[in-house]
Amino acid sequence: MPKLQSTDLKATRLGFGEALVELGRENPNVVVLGGDVTGSVRTDLFMKAFPDRFISVGVAEQDMIGTAAGLAVAGKIPFASTYGEFAVGRPFDQIRQSLAYSDLPVKICASHCGITVGPDGATHQSLEDIAIMRVLPHMTVATPCDYHQTKKMIHASMMWKHPIYIRFFRENTPVFTDVSARFEFGKADTLIEGTDVTVIACGLQVWEAILAEEILASEGISVRLLNMHTIKPLDKDAILKAAKETGAIVTAEDHQRHAGLGGAVAEVLAEQYPTPQEFVAVNDTFGESGKGDELMKKYGIAKDDVVKAVKKVLKRKKS
Amino acid sequence: MEHFDLPELQEMARQIRRDLMKMLMISKSGHSGGPLGLSDIFASLYFSILKIDPKNPTWPERDYFFLSAGHLCPVWYATLARRGFIPLKELSTLRKINGRLQGHPAPAYTHGVPGVEIASGALGQGLSIAVGCAIGLRLDKKPNRVYVLTGDGELDEGQIWEAMMTAGHHKVDNLIAIVDRNNCQIDNRTDKVMELEPLAEKWKSFNWHVLECNGNDIEQFLHTIKQAQELSGKPKVIIAHTFMGKGVSFMEDDYKWHGVPPNEEQGKQALSELAPTKYGDFIEFEWEKQPVEVGAK
Ligand SMILES: Cc1ncc(C[n+]2csc(CCOP(=O)(O)OP(=O)(O)O)c2C)c(N)n1
Repeated sequence: MPKLQSTDLKATRLGFGEALVELGRENPNVVVLGGDVTGSVRTDLFMKAFPDRFISVGVAEQDMIGTAAGLAVAGKIPFASTYGEFAVGRPFDQIRQSLAYSDLPVKICASHCGITVGPDGATHQSLEDIAIMRVLPHMTVATPCDYHQTKKMIHASMMWKHPIYIRFFRENTPVFTDVSARFEFGKADTLIEGTDVTVIACGLQVWEAILAEEILASEGISVRLLNMHTIKPLDKDAILKAAKETGAIVTAEDHQRHAGLGGAVAEVLAEQYPTPQEFVAVNDTFGESGKGDELMKKYGIAKDDVVKAVKKVLKRKKS
Repeated sequence: MEHFDLPELQEMARQIRRDLMKMLMISKSGHSGGPLGLSDIFASLYFSILKIDPKNPTWPERDYFFLSAGHLCPVWYATLARRGFIPLKELSTLRKINGRLQGHPAPAYTHGVPGVEIASGALGQGLSIAVGCAIGLRLDKKPNRVYVLTGDGELDEGQIWEAMMTAGHHKVDNLIAIVDRNNCQIDNRTDKVMELEPLAEKWKSFNWHVLECNGNDIEQFLHTIKQAQELSGKPKVIIAHTFMGKGVSFMEDDYKWHGVPPNEEQGKQALSELAPTKYGDFIEFEWEKQPVEVGAK
């Protein structure tokens, strides 16, 4: 496999905004809802290109979900977007009843997720959203790892027949996935092959895991890396294959350690192939203000934490 | 479109009330008060106003109807059955396992019934949905109208006011909202739980056309809907003054009948007050096959 390298620094939210404009050109039924954070979540690009198909609902997330549901009933393809915490925390009941139970193809596009949103502090750091969304029947949950993958994911979501939650980020982050790589919901990307241990990461922790792998490789540890961009439906085959072939699992995510990606992976392993697992995640605590990279270190979700978790799980590995 | 004349609509409304009492006696669970009060409005909507096709519930040219206050669904189910969306016999399955008549409504493509576009039950969501649907239709330059019915207690929910603002802001004039102004909710009368007045002024100040009528007077209601249909430039709301429990003397205007079914004896009493109609009941109970009891009409 060619070595993974960062070619640029670009925000996933920009990939989202640009993809929306492309979809807007492609399909006249695409509509976008705005909740007064349009410039931040980059729906400003769509608003400028297609003002008639941009629907402002004001700072009213519950109404945004309901309006999106109604647009879907009328045959439109609605993308509703705001910050992660306000996209799922405030309107949970609306999402549950009007989107999930009603199984309507609305896309909830949450930007500014995770602790890396940084200086805004804990109120704006959405660390529970994967858990909240993946527990809902009919809901798909996905999170891209870089700008390119965000674009592909947004394109792939257009014709998705069910409600979908897509989680991305504010920061400019390394762009490292292959532009030409195929994207499919529910199929994990094997980014690095390895035999001693598997790191299953999502979102920005994929890059942290790539950095960790370099360190571990230099110490003679062979790491497999899966980018688990879809948390629901989960690629169980890839997880079980990794468990059987490498015998040790580390999960890594910018999310609470309970019920997120790690929890989802643990559910599969417990039931089908019990395997030692370590969790790189925020440890059941709220965040605070700071820079994204400082917070990742302080809250234990940076590359060094992946390295530590790998060493720990290798000690627990059955020989 | 079905075009019942006024006497037919009145008779159908009474039949729907009889259906409601029987459904609730069988299910022994569900809401009596609100549905009884809305029978006149539902008969009017489904047998005179809405452009719909029971044989093709997802007909692209249909008017869209949303029931925001999902707990009122018994009256919807009875009306849908009378209009041919579901079999009349199915009304015996309200709230029963493996049935489609969920305690709060769900759309047919999940496990609910045809004619239901989206789930409701958690209050406060329907107005946003109706606004979104109306905006979507308008984008496509389609002439379909959107109707949504909310309770009055339901207006306590914040999302309603968000949606009122959104509809006013976007001048969504292919939308008619109907508020069931029966002055009752679960805990008490609405003015005791949360004062809504001056309600008409509130809607007006959110840039809506506001109409009021007696929602238990079919002639008035039809007239008001016609007026609403002709207004443009703003979304339209009809504050329909109704009585909870209308048609059953001991339930009328009493909030305590919000969420309970009649027991056997109360049900018999209610049915004796609602004369049988030419449309016939969906079920005949054993005791009805006996000779007429004392006190029955
Ligand atoms: C979000 C939410 N909160 C609470 C309830 C419980 N509930 C069901 S009906 C109702 C009262 C609604 O009053 P109104 O809209 O006036 O209906 P009516 O009493 O006339 O039937 C309440 C509080 C609910 N269904 N949804």
